[in-house]
Order: sequence, then structure tokens, then C-alpha cells
Amino acid sequence: MDLSQAYASLPGDLASTISLLVVALAGLGLVVFDAFNNRHAATPWIAGLALLAGFVFEVMHISGPEELVYYNMMRAGGAASFVNALVLGSGVLTVILSVPYLKKIGHNVGEVYAMILFATVGMLVLGSANNLVTVFVGLETMSICLYILTGFVRSGSGSSESAFKYFLLGAFSTGFFLYGIALLYGATGTMEISAMRAAVEGGGSVLFWAGVALLLVGFLFKVSAAPFHMWTPDVYQGAPTTITGFMSTASKAAAFAALILILHVALPAERWSGVLAIFAVITMVLGNVIALSQSNIKRMLAYSSIAHAGYVLVGLASGSTAGYSGALFYLMVYTIMNIGAFGVVALLEWDNKEGSEQTLDSLAGIGHKKPILGWTMAVFMFSLAGFPPLAGFLGKWAVFAPAIDAGLVWLAVIGVLTSAVSAYYYLRVLVVFFMKPEDAQSGAHETTFAIPRSSAAVLILCVVLLFVFGVSTSMIDLTQGFFDSGITAVTLP
Amino acid sequence: MNIPFLTSIVIFLPLAGAFLTMLARTENAIKWTALGVTLVTFGLSIGLYLGFDPAVSTAVTPQLANISSSWFPGQFDIKYFVGIDGLNILLIMLTTLLGPIVVLSSWTYIGKNLKPYYTLLLILQTGVTGVFASFDMFLFYIFFELTLIPMYFIIGIWGGENRIYAALKFVLYTLVGSLLMLVALIFLGYAAGDAVNAGVFTTDWYTLVSYNMPVEMQGWLFLMFALAFAIKVPLFPFHTWLPDAHVQAPTGGSVILAGVLLKMGTYGLVKFCLPFFPNAASDYAMTFAVLAVIGIIYGALVSRAQTDAKKLVAYSSVSHLGFVVLGIFAFNTEALQGAMIQMVNHGISTGALFLILGMLYERRHTRDMADYGGIATSVPVLTFFMVLSVLASAGLPGLNGFVGEFLILIGSFKSETLASPVLIALATTGVILAAVYLLYMVYRMFWGTLDNEENANMKDLNKRELALLVPLAVLMIVLGMMPGPFLAKSEPAVQHLLEVIETKKAIGEAGVTAATEVVLPAQISE
Repeated sequence: MDLSQAYASLPGDLASTISLLVVALAGLGLVVFDAFNNRHAATPWIAGLALLAGFVFEVMHISGPEELVYYNMMRAGGAASFVNALVLGSGVLTVILSVPYLKKIGHNVGEVYAMILFATVGMLVLGSANNLVTVFVGLETMSICLYILTGFVRSGSGSSESAFKYFLLGAFSTGFFLYGIALLYGATGTMEISAMRAAVEGGGSVLFWAGVALLLVGFLFKVSAAPFHMWTPDVYQGAPTTITGFMSTASKAAAFAALILILHVALPAERWSGVLAIFAVITMVLGNVIALSQSNIKRMLAYSSIAHAGYVLVGLASGSTAGYSGALFYLMVYTIMNIGAFGVVALLEWDNKEGSEQTLDSLAGIGHKKPILGWTMAVFMFSLAGFPPLAGFLGKWAVFAPAIDAGLVWLAVIGVLTSAVSAYYYLRVLVVFFMKPEDAQSGAHETTFAIPRSSAAVLILCVVLLFVFGVSTSMIDLTQGFFDSGITAVTLP
Repeated sequence: MNIPFLTSIVIFLPLAGAFLTMLARTENAIKWTALGVTLVTFGLSIGLYLGFDPAVSTAVTPQLANISSSWFPGQFDIKYFVGIDGLNILLIMLTTLLGPIVVLSSWTYIGKNLKPYYTLLLILQTGVTGVFASFDMFLFYIFFELTLIPMYFIIGIWGGENRIYAALKFVLYTLVGSLLMLVALIFLGYAAGDAVNAGVFTTDWYTLVSYNMPVEMQGWLFLMFALAFAIKVPLFPFHTWLPDAHVQAPTGGSVILAGVLLKMGTYGLVKFCLPFFPNAASDYAMTFAVLAVIGIIYGALVSRAQTDAKKLVAYSSVSHLGFVVLGIFAFNTEALQGAMIQMVNHGISTGALFLILGMLYERRHTRDMADYGGIATSVPVLTFFMVLSVLASAGLPGLNGFVGEFLILIGSFKSETLASPVLIALATTGVILAAVYLLYMVYRMFWGTLDNEENANMKDLNKRELALLVPLAVLMIVLGMMPGPFLAKSEPAVQHLLEVIETKKAIGEAGVTAATEVVLPAQISE
């Protein structure tokens, strides 16, 4: 084959994925830069600006047409841009929150930012993949960087322990995933997601469905759905807090986006809808019920993040385009709320330098002493619990309404009941922040710390976005549009 | 006077005021901003009252309506739709009236963290007004839930000893009910959309009313809606959150809770449960009436047993709202009219009782009736208002409480749906019991010998306290002496509603299983 002919589309492909290039090159550049200028103040700026540039690029292409690039290996524009923008936006906010946090815990090293960039590259590939190979490459790039990010605080035993756990279990799930891909290839003779549907039309062989099952296990592990959630609490608790915020949002969004694409394009809904509904129930019940008994705020948020994976699965279980678009919308809302919540936790934790040992009760009365932290946290908690007029409510609406429309009323009932359970532990945070009198022990903590302007700005931005997306429905319209037109829609028979 | 968007202004002005209080710097600025905003809101709501003409209220859209249908994307027919009709005008007036009164009552009661308190109070008012004014179920739901957040903080931060427990219990009880209602609402929206709205999901109240749901589907949807409202009312046996919330809340919180928040439950039953699911509603009418009567008697007996004055008044709400629920499920004009006016009356008289108990608490820092005694001689003016409110609450003829209870009792006595004179006779004992426990409270606290030094030195009402009690006292007398003008505001709407319910019930009973559009009676559809 003539190579000059083969890459005729290359310039166009590169132009469509500028964000990926910018972030990848910035990551490589940072590694070199950091080798000569250790802990240079410009490092986070380079990372942040690269992510921001990518974010702006993707936002500009969200309403553009969706296209296939790199010989159908990836998608660009439209739904892919939406997910990429989500990942990049989460990255930008994480970098801004991380700078003061990492300085305070004494680990403001350049590799962290390089790793955030590389993890983002993996998520971008995953979120815009159109082929099982690209899905796998993206997933692994992302995961390996996240293992490192979890464990880079080498002095703390919690961090290393959780990184090791994450790595072992993650490697195991990767095995499932890869084996699933192999079986699917054996059954269908193709790796391309959109081509797979033709092979399923006849009903699919045992080989095919075994492959789907293994693939699903891999995905459910990555999105921390029960019963594959065991790693989540330990990892989220042990990792540096701002990184936890990043992991719990961006990686989940990217993995769910790939899962949505595979479900929507390759697999007929009636076959797996019930299975996903069952996983959704287990995940919602388990996440919310266990979160009730947590005394550590990070661990509680970890279980809450499991529960939220369950809500997204409700959207997927409905098997309709409204359900998928609702799930995408939910992921966006969830990203905003969780980045904010972990941002607040990071600021508080840095205050008493207790790291992962922090219990909820040590924060009694903090809401009155630090009104910015208190009231922004109140918004995040109410939004996570799904109260209108915050975006968390509209998100739940967007996933539960399609489920009811699809006849899964029982699933929606279980969903809303577990979310009533969740209100208890979210509100308990506010009880501690605002209503508990400060006891002698917590009074001993130094609470005169200053809140960095950059962090305050991020928190306020998240609050404003939650109000805007709680009232404006333009985003639901947008995500629905991805499935009404464009490649994602066209590939459906 | 014709102000555009008046309804929306009345709803959202307090919210705008909440932003102002957030920016205010001194404590006085915060208080005066809150007072000013609530007073202006009340002034504007008088415009709604005058602008509303009950004679034409039976047209298909409400009056003074503000509609914007571009809110939601095309696959959902969800609108911003607020307006005034005969069912909500009095409740909106009650809400805007209680606004400045609650602000004034908190003037010295709230000593710490003033800024969030007044901000939340104003947000709460927007939520409550929005609940009553919404003609779109989705919008209604948003306002309904919006009231939970400020109330949670008001009880939890500024409440009494056991405030955290009370605040959480209040939110979780309400939340379980309202989330189940949300599921039912989404289901209803799709079903109605398929049948009468060209397949487009809808939450428009008029569209939902015009949808004639097959009888076999109505049952569980009705129960899910009714559960949410029964918890809010609260109907026995869902009332256990109420005493906790009432007793622990600061005075302002208790007044709003008793005055208007509970009415969201009874209003919801009237406005949504009955017309959406008429067959199921009349099937379950007897169940609800029995629960209401149990609530009337049980609430009264438990009230009698209290030593804490605030708890006594809290349980009296269970009893009084039992009458409202009884009136709602009697399905005739007298009883429903009685229920409508009783909602307002209960807000006024119980609101006044909570205000006065709050004033006493501010002076003596105790709610135990045993700590008082004979204070009629030390605070004669306060005693006058207390006795007036107690008599109004107990239903003395000539005062407002009598009107509602009397209408409800005669209405439900001749009700064809309930058809159980024994039950109504039992309910009537509630009126007597009300006099027993309320007068017992007055006897213990105000009469007798003044043997406590602290009680003897108590100061009587100051001008601020007088200013907030006088309007309520005047209303008690006016509503009691000439309820006609007020009843006239809601009468056509109530009749219209009952006619629609009758029509829909007949269609349902005729066994039209396929969903068909209701033919509204000629005189009301145009």
C-alpha cells in the first residue's frame, strides 16, 4: 500500500483532534521541562492552559457535526466533543484546586501535572473511541496514570496501599476486558463497534454474549458499579483528595461514554436491559446504604460515587436514546457536583493536615466559621441528593423519566427511595457543618487558614453552574441531539 | 391597576430580596431589607386579590397567568405556568401576609447568624408562593421541594435542643413522599401525553385534568400522590414528624410551618389528587375520612396530655387539619368550601398561637405550662390576644375557626360519598375536645395565682409585637363575622372542580377503558 495515499486524510484527522494533540504534547513537554526545572511555578500553568485550550476547542465543536477520524478508529465533534469537554473541564478545575493543596501537603511535584495530562489523553481516547482497540488503549492509558496518581504521595502509607490495591484489581479487570474483546472479535470478526451490530442481527452466538459479559465486567469495574466496586472506597480515601475528585468524575464520564456508545450502536437493547437494571439496583442500594455508616467524609463520598454510577446505569437500562442522553447529562452534572465537593474536602483537610484520617465530626461548626466552604458545600450536598432547583435534580429527572417511559417503574421507585436514603448522609454533612456545636476537640484545630482565591473561584463556579443547569434545560436538548442526528444516530438500523 | 407579570413578581420578589439580604452589611440593614421586601410583596399581592375576578375564574386558563413554554426541549411539554384561580388566591394572600409578620417576629428572637436566616426565610416564601401559583406539575414539584431546603436549615440551625433530629426527620419524611410522587408524576405525564397531547410528555395541569385515566390505573398513582400530600398535611398516621419539627423550630419557622407549609399538602389533595384520579379518590374517600377523623380525635387527646405549650399547639394542628382532609373527601361544595376557608383560618389562628408562645418563650425561656400561671395580671394585652386566638382556634361562633369547621361538618354530614353520620358525629367531638385542651392551656398559663417572681415581672407586648398580632386578630374577627366575600372568591372554582370530578368519574364508571379526553361542562370550558 502506498503510504502517501494511505495517510491522505491525516491532516484533516489531526485538525479534528487538536485537543488530544495539545494535551499529549504538553504532557511530554512537561516531563522534559520538569527534569530541568524541578518544582517550577510554571508547571501547573502549562498543564492548566493546555487543558483549557483543549476544553475551548472541544466546546466549539460540540454543536458541530460528528465525524469519524483515523480510519474509523475514533470519533470527533458532537457527542465525542461533549465527553471530551467534560473530561478536559474536570482536568482544568482539578489542576487549579491541586496547586494549593499539593503545596500544603508538600508534594507539589511536576510529575503530578504530567500524569494528569497523560490520564486526560487516555480519557479523551476512551471517550471518543469507535473501535474496541481504541477503547482498550484509552482505558489502559488512563488507568496506568491513575494508579500512579493515586500512589504518588509515597510518604503516606494510605496512598501507597490504595495505589497497590487499585493496581492489582485494575489489572485483573483489564484481563476480563481484553478477553471480552478477544471473544467478541472471534464471534463477529470485527473490532469496529458499528460493524458489530450486523453480526448480532441474527441473535448472536454464545461466544458473542460471553464476550459481551466479560466486556461489561471490565466497564462496570471502571465505573465502580456494584458488585465490582470493592476498590473504590479504599482508593478514593487513600488518593490525594483533588486527584480523587478527578478520578471520580472524568474517568467515570469517559468510561460511561464508551459503554453508552457500545450499548447504543452495537447491542440490541432488549437483550441486556434487564441485566443493567439489576446492576443498577445493586449499585444504588449498596452505595447508598453503606454510605450511611461512614464517618470519614472521603469514604462517604466514595460510596456516594458508587451510588451515582447506579443512577447513570438506570439511564442506560432504559435502552432508549432519551436514556442515553440523560446519562450523558447526568455525568456532566455529577462531574460539577463532585469536583466541588472534593474541592471543599481538600481545603478542609489541608487545614488540619490529617490527610485521609479526617472524620466528619472534627469539622463541627466549620460552616459558620468559613461561610464560603459551608454554603458551597451545602449546594453540592443538596445537588448530590437531587433537590431542585439544582442540577442534581434535573440529572435524576433525565435518567429516571426515560426508565419510567420504558416501563421500568419498579426501577425508578427503587432509585428514588435510595436517593431518599442518600439525603440522610448528605444532610448529615451539613448537620456537622452548621448545626453541631463545636466540641472541645475540634475547637483545638486551627481554623484561621486562608482560602486561596483560585479555589474559592472554582467552588463558586461549580455552584453557579449547578444553579444554571438546574433551571436551564438546554444541555438536555443538546445531549438528546447527539442521538437524533450525526454518526451516533445514523449507525442505528 | 394592571402590572404585567404580577403573579411572577409576587413569587420571585422575595427571592430577589434574598440576594439583597446576602449583600447587606449590618444587622439592621438585613432585617429592614427583609421586612421591606416582604411588605412590598404583600402590597403587590393585594393587586392580585383585587385583579382576580371569581366570576370568570372558571375559564380554562387561570387569571393573571404568566406562561412561557420555551423552557423545556421539544420532547417534553413542560412550561413555566403560574396564575391565580379561586383555589389558590386566598392561600397566596395568607403566605404574603405571614411574610412580614414572620420577619417581625424574628426581630429579636434570632440572635446569631442573621444573614443566612433572613435569606433562607425569603427563599422559603418564594417556594411556598410558587407551590400555590403553579399550574404546571413539574414547576409545582420544583417549588414543593425548594421549600424543604430553607426549612431544614431554619429548624436545624436556629431551633431548640433537639433540632438536628427534628430537621432530618422533617426532610426525610417529606422527601420519601415527594420522590414517590415524582415517579407517579412522570408516569402520569407520559400516559397523558400519549392519550391527549400528541404523544408529548406533559405536566400542564389543564392537560392532565382533561386526560381521563383508565380506572384500573388510577389506584396506585392516586396513592403515590396522596401519600406525598398526606405526609405533608400531616394525616394520621404520618404525623410523627410534625410535633418534633414544630417544637424545635424557632417561632418564625413554626409560624410558616403551621401557617402555610402544611397547606401545601391539603392544597395538593384538592388541586391534583381529586381531579386527576376522581374514581380512585372516591373509592379511597372513606379510608381517608376515617384517617382524618382518627387524626381529629387522636390529635385532640394527645394535645390534652401535653405539658409543653408549643407541643400542645403542634398536636392541635393534626386535629384541625383532620377537618380539612375530611372536608376534601366529602366531595360537595359546602365541605370543600369549608376546607378551603379552614386552611386559611388555621394559618391565621395557629400562626397567632405560635407567635404568642414565641413571645412568652423569649421572656421566660421555657415552654412548660407549669412554669407559668396567673400571668393574665402581668401581661394583660398579651392575654387578650391569646384568649382571642384560642377561641378562634377552638371554633367559637363569631370568630374565623367556626366558619370552616361548621361548613365542613354540615357538608360531610350530607355527603353522598361518605354517607356515614356516625363518622361525622365522631368528628364533631373534635370541636368540643379542641375547646377542652385549648382552654386548659389558657387556664394553666394565664389564670390562677401569680406566684412566680419572674412571671410577675414580665413585660407586656411592645409596639413591634402588637403590630404583628393586630392584623391577625382583625382577620380572625372579620373572617368570623363576614366570611362571605372570602368564600365568594373560591366558590365558582370549587363548584367547577367538583363538576369536572363528577364528569370524569362518570366517564370512568362507564368503563371507558381507552383514554379519552374529558368533555368539560359547557359553562366552564369557555
